[in-house]
Amino acid sequence: MIFAGMFYIATLLLVVGLVYKIFDYSRTPAPLKIPTTPAPTTQKGVVYRMAKEVVLFESLFKSNKWIWVFGWLFHFGMLLVLVRHLRYFVTPVPEWLVFIQPFGKYASIMMVVGLGGLLARRFLVDRVRYISTPSDYLMLVLLLGIGLSGMMTTFVVHTDIVALKEFFMGLMFFDIQPVPEDPIILAHLTMVALLMLIFPISKLLHAPGLFFSPTRNQADNPREHRHVAAWAARLDRNN
Amino acid sequence: MAAAEFDIPEIKETIEVPKIHEGVMAHVKSFPAPKPVQDFMGYPHELGEDWKERAIDKMGDLLGKYRSLKVFLDACVHCGACTDKCHYYLGTSDPKNMPVARQDLMRQVYRRYFTTAGKLFPKLVGAKDLTRETLDEWYSYYHQCSECRRCSVFCPYGIDTAEITMAGREILNHVGIGQKYSNEILGKVQKIGNNLGLPGPALEDTLQGLEEDIEMDTGVPVKLPIDVKGVEVLLVTPSADFFSEPHVESLIGYAKVFHAAGISWTLSSHASEAGNFGLFNGNYETMRKVAMRIRDAALELGVKRIVVGECGHAWRVAYSFWNTLTGIGYGADDPFSIELQKQLDHNYPQPQHICELTNDLINQGKIQVDPSANDDMVVTYHDSCNVARASRMGDMPGGQFIIPRDLIKKVVNNFHNMADDTIYESTFCCGGGGGLLTDDLMEVRVKGALPRVTALNTVVQEHGVNFMATICAICKAQFTKVLPKYGFDMSMVGGIHQLVSKAVKLDAPKQAD
Repeated sequence: MIFAGMFYIATLLLVVGLVYKIFDYSRTPAPLKIPTTPAPTTQKGVVYRMAKEVVLFESLFKSNKWIWVFGWLFHFGMLLVLVRHLRYFVTPVPEWLVFIQPFGKYASIMMVVGLGGLLARRFLVDRVRYISTPSDYLMLVLLLGIGLSGMMTTFVVHTDIVALKEFFMGLMFFDIQPVPEDPIILAHLTMVALLMLIFPISKLLHAPGLFFSPTRNQADNPREHRHVAAWAARLDRNN
Repeated sequence: MAAAEFDIPEIKETIEVPKIHEGVMAHVKSFPAPKPVQDFMGYPHELGEDWKERAIDKMGDLLGKYRSLKVFLDACVHCGACTDKCHYYLGTSDPKNMPVARQDLMRQVYRRYFTTAGKLFPKLVGAKDLTRETLDEWYSYYHQCSECRRCSVFCPYGIDTAEITMAGREILNHVGIGQKYSNEILGKVQKIGNNLGLPGPALEDTLQGLEEDIEMDTGVPVKLPIDVKGVEVLLVTPSADFFSEPHVESLIGYAKVFHAAGISWTLSSHASEAGNFGLFNGNYETMRKVAMRIRDAALELGVKRIVVGECGHAWRVAYSFWNTLTGIGYGADDPFSIELQKQLDHNYPQPQHICELTNDLINQGKIQVDPSANDDMVVTYHDSCNVARASRMGDMPGGQFIIPRDLIKKVVNNFHNMADDTIYESTFCCGGGGGLLTDDLMEVRVKGALPRVTALNTVVQEHGVNFMATICAICKAQFTKVLPKYGFDMSMVGGIHQLVSKAVKLDAPKQAD
C-alpha cells in the first residue's frame, strides 16, 4: 500500500525531525538576557505573555491588522479542523468530539479565507512581494489545496469516511487496510503527507520556534538573578 | 572625508510608508577598519584565501552559542509584519532596510549551508551561496541597522534583527572586514578607559574646569570627584558627558544632585566610560572585557553603589548584561559574584540608573526642585531605543517609560508626549545608534531620523515644544547633528539632568540619610 507507507514515512520524519529540532533549540544556550521590554518580571508572567502570543497573536495584532486577521482565521480555523479530524483516530468518538464536528466543518471556511488573504498579500503588497520566495507561495498553495480538497469531500463529493477511518485505524494498529479509491481524498492525503514531510525542514518551524524565542520567553529580572550560560561561566574562572 | 551628497527628506504631516526602491542605499559603505585597529581586536584586516570557510565556520560557531540566532533564522515566515517598522526603511525606501530583508541577507546563506531544504532546493527556499557580493551587502546593510529592536516588538515570534546584525558584523570581523568607527573605539576604551580616548590627566583638568564653572554660575562648590576611594557611589557615565555639548550639562546635573543629597561619589579614570561598543558586534568576550573595567574599578574604589549616567546602549548592557558579564547585581552564589556582592549595598538595585536615583531622592524629599526654573521650556521626551526595548527602571515593567517622564514632570511645568505610536515600546531610534554614529554614515543617519523628526515636528507645531529631552549620549550627539538638517535648532536636544540641573535647589536643607 503506497499510502500506508507514505504516512508511516511522513509521520516518522515529522516526529524525528521535530524532536531533533526541539532538542537542538533547547540545548543551544541563550547567554544573555534579551527579552523585548517591557517584559514580565516573573516566570508566571512569561507564561501569560507567551499564552497571549500563541492564542491571540498579540505582537502581530500590534503590528498589522490585515496579517493578524488572515493569520488568526487561518490558524484557528485549522486548529478546529484538525480537532475535528480526531474522529478518524479514536473509537468510539467521544461526546465532545461529536459536538465539535459542525464547528470544525465550517472552520474550514475560516482557514481557506485566511490563507487566501495571506496569499493575496504576497501579490498585492509590494513590500511583501519583495520578500516572498517561491516556497512562500507554494506553502500557501499547498495549505489551500489541503483545505479546498478537504472541503470538497465534506461539502461537494462525499467520501466514504467509514472506509477512511478503517484505513487510519489500521495504520495505528499496524493492520493495513485499503484507502478509499477517490481522487479527491487521495489528493488531500498526498498533500497532507507532503506538509508533514516538510514541516521540520521549513519555516513551519515557527511553531516550536516561538516557544524558544529568547525575546519572548525570558523574564526581565537581570539585576535580581544572575543568568550565565555554561560556555560563558567558564570565562569567570579565568579571572 | 566628506560623505556623498544626498537629499534631505521632506517632513510630511504623518509618517508615511514608502513604496520600495531597490538598491537606493546599496552604495553606503562605512569606512573599514585599518590593520592596527583590527590587529588590536585580534581580527584579520583583509580577506584571506580561506575567507569563505572562516565565515561559515564562524556562523556555525555562533549558531551553537546563541539560541536567538538559531531560532530567529529558522522561524521567520516572511509574513511582512516588520516590513514597515524600521526607521531606515521608512527614511530610505530601500527594501533591504526592511527588517526581514536585512535578516534574509544572512538567512539565505544559513539555509544554503546549514539546512536540508537549502542544500537540496536552494532556489525554491531562497537559499544562496556565500559570495564576495554577499559580504559587501552584509557590510553595507548591517551598518544600516541601529540594533534598536523596534522590529522585535512587532514580530509574532519576537525575532530581533539586532541579534542577526550583531552576528553579521561579528562574522565580517572574523573574515577581516571590520568597521573603523566601532573597532577604533573598542581599542580606545580598552587601552585608555573611555571611548573618546581621554587620558586620566585630561579628564581631571576637565572636571576641575567644570567645578569652577559651576561655582561661578551658582556660588556653590559642587565637586566632580575622580578616583576617590571609600565613597558611596561610583558613577559610570558615557565619556561624551565630559566633553560634548549638550552632554556635559547633564554631567553637571548629576553632580548637583549628589551634592544636594549629600551622597559621596566618584568617577573612575580606569572606567571612565559607560558605553560598551562590544554590544554592537555582539561579541560576548569583548563586551565582557570592556565591562570588567567597571567591576575592577568598583572593587578597587570600594564603593557601595554603582550608578549609570544618561546612556542608552550603556544602560542596556549595565541593566541587562552586567550581572551576567561581571557579577554587578545579585542572585548568584559563585565566588566570582560573591566577591562584589558582599561589598555592594543591598538596599539599592545594582546597577542603578541616574534617573531612578534622582527620582527617588525627590520622592523621598532628600532633594528639592523648582520646576519654574524651566518655565522657558516646553518639553517632550524621546525614549531611547535600548532603554525602551532592552532594559527597565524601577520595579515594574514599563518603569523605563514612567520614571524618566515622572522626573521630567517634577522639574518642568510644560510637558507634551509625542504620538503614541512613536514613543514607549514603539519609539523610533534617533537614527545614529548601534555603531552608526559616524560621519561616513551621515546619509543613513539623516534619513533614518525622519520618523522621529516627523513626530517631533508635530508636537512643535501643536504645542510649541522647544526642547526634546533624552537619556542617551548617542541620541544627543545624533540629534545635535541631524536636527539642523531638518531646520530645527541643535540646542533643542539635551538630557533630563540638564533640566534637573536648572531646577535642583543646591542650598536646600538636607535631611539626614
